[in-house]
Order: sequence, then C-alpha cells, then structure tokens
Amino acid sequence: MIPELGHFALILAFCVTLVQSVLPMIGASRRDRAIMDMARPAAIAQFLLIALAFGALIISYVMSDFSVLNVAENSHTSKPLLYKITGVWGNHEGSMLLWVFILAFYGMTVATFGRELPPLLRARTLSVQGMISCGFLAFILFTSNPFLRLNPAPLDGNGLNPILQDPGLAFHPPCLYLGYVGFSIVFSFAIAGLIEGRVDAAWARHVRPWALLAWSFLTLGIAMGSWWAYYTLGWGGWWYWDPVENASFMPWLAGTAFVHSLMVTEKRGSLKSWTVLLAIIAFSLSLLGTFLVRSGTLTSVHSFASDPARGVFILLLLTLAIGGSLIMYAVRAPSLINEDVFAPISREGALLINNLFLCTAAGTVLLGTLYPLIMDALDLGKISVGPPFFNIVFIPLMVPTIAVMAIGPMLQSKRGDLPVALGRLKLAFFAALAAALMTWLATGEATGPLWAAGGIGLATWLFAGTLLHLNERIFLFRIAFTDSLRRARNLPRPVYGMTLAHCGMAVLIIGITGSTAWKTEKIQTMHVNDTVDVAGYALTLKNVDDNVHGPNYIARRATFEATRRGKHVATMRPEKRLYDMPPLPTTDAAIHTNFLGDLYVVIGDDDGKGGYVTRLYYNPLVPWIFIGGVMMAAGGMLSLSGRR
Amino acid sequence: MRRLLFLLPIILFALLISFLGWRLILIARGDTPDLVPSVMINKPAPEFDLPSLLADKPGLSSKNLQGKVTVINFFASWCVPCRAEHPLLAALKNKGVVLAGIAYKNKRVEAVEWLSKMGDPYNRIALDAEGRTAIDFGVYGVPETYVVDKQGIIRFKQTGPLTPEIVADELLPLLKELNQ
Repeated sequence: MIPELGHFALILAFCVTLVQSVLPMIGASRRDRAIMDMARPAAIAQFLLIALAFGALIISYVMSDFSVLNVAENSHTSKPLLYKITGVWGNHEGSMLLWVFILAFYGMTVATFGRELPPLLRARTLSVQGMISCGFLAFILFTSNPFLRLNPAPLDGNGLNPILQDPGLAFHPPCLYLGYVGFSIVFSFAIAGLIEGRVDAAWARHVRPWALLAWSFLTLGIAMGSWWAYYTLGWGGWWYWDPVENASFMPWLAGTAFVHSLMVTEKRGSLKSWTVLLAIIAFSLSLLGTFLVRSGTLTSVHSFASDPARGVFILLLLTLAIGGSLIMYAVRAPSLINEDVFAPISREGALLINNLFLCTAAGTVLLGTLYPLIMDALDLGKISVGPPFFNIVFIPLMVPTIAVMAIGPMLQSKRGDLPVALGRLKLAFFAALAAALMTWLATGEATGPLWAAGGIGLATWLFAGTLLHLNERIFLFRIAFTDSLRRARNLPRPVYGMTLAHCGMAVLIIGITGSTAWKTEKIQTMHVNDTVDVAGYALTLKNVDDNVHGPNYIARRATFEATRRGKHVATMRPEKRLYDMPPLPTTDAAIHTNFLGDLYVVIGDDDGKGGYVTRLYYNPLVPWIFIGGVMMAAGGMLSLSGRR
Repeated sequence: MRRLLFLLPIILFALLISFLGWRLILIARGDTPDLVPSVMINKPAPEFDLPSLLADKPGLSSKNLQGKVTVINFFASWCVPCRAEHPLLAALKNKGVVLAGIAYKNKRVEAVEWLSKMGDPYNRIALDAEGRTAIDFGVYGVPETYVVDKQGIIRFKQTGPLTPEIVADELLPLLKELNQ
C-alpha cells in the first residue's frame, strides 16, 4: 500500500509539473497575473508530492518491504537503521528520487521566499524549473521506477555495498545534490531572463542568494566526498580524478566562475551574456555528469548499475534542456547590451581573467573525463588518462588563477592601477618569498620536491594578500585601534565572506601541497610486537583480534600503539571487515590527527605464518584540505547572509 | 560575426551530443568502452613454480604448460563468485579440458576443505599463498581464468566468473581451435 501511495504521488507530481511548466509561461506572455500566479501553488504542491513519494520509499526501506524490487536489491534486514535510511539514495533509482526531491525543493524556495521577485521573472523561473522536473520525473517513472513490486517477495534483500555503509552516505550525496541540482534554479533564472530580454543588475541581485547557496553546498559536498574517500578507501588518497568526482568538480569550476561574473553584472551591469552563459554551462555540466555516470558510457568506482536505455533517455533530456537553452542563448543573448565598460586592468578585468582560467580548467577536466571515449572512438586504443594528465594540465592553470586572486580585489573597480595594487601587496610578496624559502631550507630536496616550496609560497601570497585587502577596508595599525574596530563592525558581510573563502583556498593549497609532497608510506609484513618507524612516530602492533563481530560484519581488528620519543600518542585500531550481505571486504583505516598531519594505519591480509601486511602512512597537512573546503563553503554562506 | 560567436556554444554542444549518442548506439550493440583488455594476451605465461595444494595431486609450474592447451583458473575459498562458476569447471573437465587450479591467497586448510565440499575438477592444483604468481599473471581479483596454448602463450583471459554463455561462445570454440 505505502509504495503504491508513493508511486501515485510521483505520478501526480508529474501532472503538476506539466501545469507548472505550461501555464505560468502562457500567463507571462499574456501578462495575466492570475494564470502566472499558478506557478507558486504548483511548485509547492510538486514539492509536497515528491516529499510524500520520497517518504514512502524511506518507509519501505525502514520496514524492509522486500516486495519492492528496489528495497530487495539494495537493503537487508540485518543492516543498522541508519543504513536502511541512507541506503535509499545508495542506488540509481533512489538517488534519482533524491535528485528530483532537491530540484522540487529549490522550486519551492523560490515560490515561498521569492516574494520580492518581479512576478514575471518568478513565473518564468518556476515554469522552467517545472520543465526540468517534468523531464526527470518522466525519466524516473518510465525507466527507473523505485516503486516496482517483486513477486514473490524474497525472504531477505541483497544488502547494500559495504563501502556505502558509512555515516558519510547520510551527508555527502544530499549535500552534493543540494549543490549541483541547486544550479538548476540559477539556470531557470537565466532562461527566464533571456526570455524576458532583461538581464541586469536587478536580475543579478535576485539570483545571487540561490547561486551562493548552491555554490556553498557544492563546495561542502565535494569536500565531504573527498574526506569520505580518504578514510574509507584505505589508500590515504583524497582525490582520484574519477569520472564521478569530475562530474561534481566541473559544475563547481563553472559555478565558481559564475558567482564571480554575477558580481560584475550586479555592480556594473556588464558581462551579461557571459554570466548567462556560465549559468547555463554550470547546470549543463551537472546534467552531463549525471548522464556520464548513469548511462554506462563511463564507469567508475562510484558507478550505478548502468543501462543504455536509460542513457538514451537522459541524452534526450540533455539535448532538450541544454540544446534548447543554448539556442535560446544564441537568439537572445546578442541583444543584451552591457551598460558599462571597464578597462582591462580593473577589478572586473581580473575577475574576467580568472573566469577564463576557471572555464579552461573545467574544459580540461571535461576533456580528460571524455578522453578514454574519444581515443576509443578514433580507434587509438582503450586507455585512461588518469591523474598524471590532470596534474600536468591542471596545476599550470591554477597557479596564475591563484596569483590573480590576490591582486584582483586590490584593483579599483572599472579602471585600476596595477603598480599601486602591487605596491599594496608588497608585504604579501615578501611573506610568500620568506615562506617559500623557509620551506625549502627546512625540508630541502632530500625530503620533498622543490615545487612544494612554490606551493607554500603561493598559498602564503594568497592568504596574506587577502588579509591585506581586508585591511584596506579597516586600516588596522594605521588609525586608532577603536576606529579600526568600528570600521570592521560596519563592513558588509560579503566582504568577510570573500575573505574567508579566499583564505580557505589558501589553506586548501597548503593541504594539497603538504600531502602530495611529504607523504610517508610504509608497506610491510608485521608480527605482533613488531615496531615500525613512520615520520618520527613508532608504531607497534600490539595484537590482532580475528573475530570481532559487528552488527552485520565480522572484522579483523588490529591494535597499534603510536609513540613519539617514547611517549604514548594514540592507540589505533584499524579493521578489515567482511560483511555478511553482500559478502564483500572493506578496509577501515584508523586515523589519528593533530591537525598538522594524520597518522593513517591500515591492516591487510595475513601471510599464514602469523604475520600481517600493514600499510602505515603519515599524511602531513591533509586535514587542511577539508578545513579549507569548509572555510570556502562557510564564506559563501556568510556572504549570502548579508546584503550588499 | 558577433552573432556567430553566440552560436558557438550550441555548435560545440551539438558535436558533443552526437558523439555521446553514437557512443550509446555502440554500447547498445554490445561494445563495452571501458573493458580493459589484458596486456598479457598473446604474451608468454610468466615463469612460476607453485607447490601442490593436495597431497595426491601435482602442483603447477610454467614447465607443465608446454605441449598442451591448459585452462588456468584462479580461485579462493573466500570468494563467492568462485562458488557460482565452480559447476561450470566440472562441466569443462567432463569435456576433457586440461584444467589447472591456483588457490589465490588462501589458507591451505580452508582451500582443501572448500574443494572437498564443492568437488575438485582440477587436473593439477597449486597454492599461491602470497599471490605473487597471480601478480605476474595480472590478476585483478578472483575468479579469473586464462587459456594458455601449446607454446605456453596466454590466448584468453576472463576477469570475473565464467558464465555458461562465455564458455559456450568463447572458451570452447577457442579451445577447439587451439587443440587442432
């Protein structure tokens, strides 16, 4: 009964989206307020219906109703409650339902919080949002229905992939989807603006909160995903350039370019067509990522069961959504007239340069992701480009981006003076030089590559430059301290948001540099009471318990004692688990962090003679990567919370 | 000219979409774009000499591969897909195929017990406790099955369990061809 209710709610929601996509658009063209206002109740009804369907699926999972095919394939009675719930989106059908749930959520926020929006813009935005929902609901109902029944029902389900049985699954996908599905609303605003022929400072001001919300969630989602990969995959890595990671990273790059370009549109009424194009691209890349992951054209560690029939459907959706919007762009964008011009050397000019770098980076990631397909299509062999390609092309693109990131804010708006801006950054330059030199002297070539000094220097440049920029507004040490304090209190929040986000980027770079350059890795066979030295820590294998029972797994648990100069630091218990259903092994690394670095311990197979393969890592500065990501997301939120 | 610039995005997108569409058609026809072919195909089998798992059956070394077509199956008692393909191996033996088994990263006792429970279809059976030989063969995980021809050259590799279709459509015709 409950699954049928959910199924029925989903069909109703589909009908509602038909109304929502057609009527407000007609109303807007006839300037008929009554028909236009249909959009709001429709968007709210759509959200409630999809929420009902989503709730019905969650209840089916919690009750382990194995007469529902999706539950039988992905759940199991012995699974802890948390994973019964999170397992809902640990598979293709359920995650698509989460996808449209969040899509409808954003539509609902425009309907309820968008009271200040001009009625025309709101009606058209909700109409476009309704069209996207309509397409995806059709996709779910016709190719990926989570409510299909199974007769006879099995006694128990197939269980959830153990790698997904982790609290990370509760937060990472919803957060990530709040991010890249959030760009749908920005996309809808862009299309509505194009239809109306009005993309101006007011339009930009209306879009800004949603753009920042989506961007912050996407940043947080990617950071959490990276952290999850770091502690569950057991290889001590935090980024793999995997197609699914790229699918979320490309919209991030385009979205980052978008929020910056939006600022120029808001303040100067220029870069209009570029801003609109970025809005379309950011969401298109989200859609493309969804297609690549679910159609079977590419597979990855995250891959869902793929099916070409679904691929055809998503490809059709892609063609309609992206093709339609780009045709609209080609027709309408040339008539968007920029109200103001700016010199190449100005704050806007710097933003544009960074935009170009970010877009080139997004294009590069797209190329790298599609490269195996292209090579195969040209019959040049089945190859994968992998991390070496991305590292070689990505770093040279990021270095100038970061360099400009510190200079840009220092430049005056409209027409800037480069020597003056650089003069203000003198302190940052010397700080960067000193940091690079100290890094080089402290580590030397013996322990790490030379470029690490450059990475640290670059991060210092950005960090100090950002703080110096803040100081241009509060004049600390130049005027009386209380005056500075008063100025600091009166600064608009977006200034602090930007400072926090840019500093977060600097922290992230330090983390990336440190963890890549100075990682220590030791792989060996250890017996009980053996001690191995890793980066100044002594790790002793105290004992190994072969028979630890978890709720739905049996684990081998090792106990290590970590000491430094004879003093106890931590007791670490890595596990190797074998789950009951499905019977797959997972590694559960033990991590001890002091925020400067992580001690990372993994226990492996036994050699049959009382020895165990152990992998011991010291990953310096890795926590900084995640702290940096969180700072950036918090910066976005902070900026969102204040008015300019 | 300026108009053309605004058409650029849609043109690029049209190219991308036709490429992806064509890709999907290929997949629907059965082409798997990311199936990595083994680099070991058409290369000599690596040198190895593994001890026997059972007291009453010989082990396996690269010398044993000369002069006859051998099917080598990597398995382990802890491996569930191995259970699924096991009956197919017994069927292969009944067809007169020379079958060699290599227990991969297995405890001797457990592997022996597993074979006594599931049936032992192998002519030769060896133990690769450390998985070194498996690495030389390029094994990703168990089960994996290789066909080595009379000259000791690897001609076929199956990653993952054998299925009745693969045995009927690929493995048996290949064995017939190699045995001529």
